[in-house]
Amino acid sequence: MSQNHVDCPKIRSVGLNGVLVTFGDKATDAANRAAIAFRTAVDEQEWPEVMESSSTLVSAFFRTDLAEYSYDRLRARLNEVLQSRDWSNAALPAGRTLWTIPAVFGTSRAPQLAEAAEAAGLTTKEAEAELTATRLRVLTVGFAPGQPYLGTLGTAWNIPRQVGLSPNIPAGALVAAVRQICLFTKDTPTGWRHVGQSAFQCFRPRSDIPFPLSPGDEVQFTSITLQELASIEAHNADGNGAALREVLK
Amino acid sequence: MTGLIVQQIGPGVAVQDLGRPGFLAKGLTTSGAADHRAVYEGAALLRQSTDLAVLEMVSTGGTFEATAPIRIALTGAEMATKINGETAAWNASHLLPANTKLTIGPSRDGTYGYLHVGGGITTKAILGSRATHQSVGLGSLVAAGQTLPIGDDKGKEIGMTLPRDPRFSGGDIRIVASMQTEDFDADIRERFEATVFRRDPRANRQGTRLDSDGTGFSNPKQLSIVSEVIVPGDIQITGDGTPFVLMVECQTTGGYPRIGTVLPCDLPRVAQAPAGATLRFSFVSLGDAAAIQARANAELLKLGHSAKPLIRDPHTMQDLLSYQLVGGMISAHQSPFEQG
Repeated sequence: MSQNHVDCPKIRSVGLNGVLVTFGDKATDAANRAAIAFRTAVDEQEWPEVMESSSTLVSAFFRTDLAEYSYDRLRARLNEVLQSRDWSNAALPAGRTLWTIPAVFGTSRAPQLAEAAEAAGLTTKEAEAELTATRLRVLTVGFAPGQPYLGTLGTAWNIPRQVGLSPNIPAGALVAAVRQICLFTKDTPTGWRHVGQSAFQCFRPRSDIPFPLSPGDEVQFTSITLQELASIEAHNADGNGAALREVLK
Repeated sequence: MTGLIVQQIGPGVAVQDLGRPGFLAKGLTTSGAADHRAVYEGAALLRQSTDLAVLEMVSTGGTFEATAPIRIALTGAEMATKINGETAAWNASHLLPANTKLTIGPSRDGTYGYLHVGGGITTKAILGSRATHQSVGLGSLVAAGQTLPIGDDKGKEIGMTLPRDPRFSGGDIRIVASMQTEDFDADIRERFEATVFRRDPRANRQGTRLDSDGTGFSNPKQLSIVSEVIVPGDIQITGDGTPFVLMVECQTTGGYPRIGTVLPCDLPRVAQAPAGATLRFSFVSLGDAAAIQARANAELLKLGHSAKPLIRDPHTMQDLLSYQLVGGMISAHQSPFEQG
């Protein structure tokens, strides 16, 4: 038996709770784009048996009740959509959002920038420049509500998680590992390195945008000073952290 | 508005309903009551909607008083309960008169007990649900001194009971293969099925840790996997080989491999298993699992038909001697002629 190898795309059941369509056995940009595009295409068809859907780094998930709806039939239906085109080069859905989010890089508020830069073989200045020059995509949202995994950074950023966990990295933190940035919803122990700090709240349950970020959205970080961050934090009732939002054409 | 005054409360008591579906893509799991079946049972007893919010109590309840007469129902793990000092049957509906003390004590079996009120608890809904999801800051635990708002009750019926469902002491749990089941060697899967697990004291709404003697269940060939979707009931094997059943408040994605997934209809049995209770898992095919679950779904919808008038059971009557059980009963110590 081949271990953890998935011939892709692959359709699998997940308990009796849904069906998963996987586009890669490694977290590649192409597999992620395919998962997002495929999920959107199926959602647009509004199948009665699909109660809701989501996408992970490499898969699209369709929640259903396999006790009420036949897995074989749903599998065949998904397979039909799967075969209808090459999903690896599908365009991302329209109407996505671009967020420009100010953050402090390094300093006492993000003390592991130097360490992460060194692991990536960059100077601190180069690391900060790359993190603010790259337009990142929300690959998936998960682990905590509204929390985005952003990618994909250049190959130099394929830095492993540190062995020990940092006990408590604060909400709004930008943490880096495996060519991704995660923007924390809440204080979290983590093995990812704390490279930046924003005042952006990823989960605002009582606002009219409870989840500002969705898979496929884009994020551009801009560098601000410690003083600027402090002033943003002092006037952050909306949780936006002085970020700007625009709809992508 | 009618309210339920909380005079004293155990740890971990929270308002719940059937959860907050629709936000998986945003990283928010459905969550809701740890024992969904208990919510259906309460709704069947009070003949009201399963959408109404209830009070979930973990191992012990509290002391309550209503500002006006209300109907209540008690389901889930059985907890010693008194209304105005008199024992109230579990798994049944009752009248709680105004300004009368309702005390719900420690559980006798199981873990999660539920207090339902006619009209439901009407705390403010957030994102379409009143379910408390503490780990993400949605709602908070019930505190002493609080008054919980209660909705309008259109029902009248009380004194109903449901047959006791045997899900409160562990037992056999049916599972289906999950995404990564095939990644575990056949002998590990067989050993998993053959093992009698104990529910670890470290269990909560997010996960139930399973203890066993002997080696763990990690696969020697296991590579790190890409984080993938989690559904409640998934049994994940952590790095050291310990299995955890992921419960209603699990995260939406995770990087540990899943050896199988508990059928939704058997998940309340895992949730209710008290610390130390034994649990055994056996695989069923997807087809069989679908048929078992379909029957369970149908049964839940028909629970109302099983509700029967409560006949007082001598076992639940603590002050048995104060009841006149047989009219004109003759005492061995008293002369029958002296009786009035």
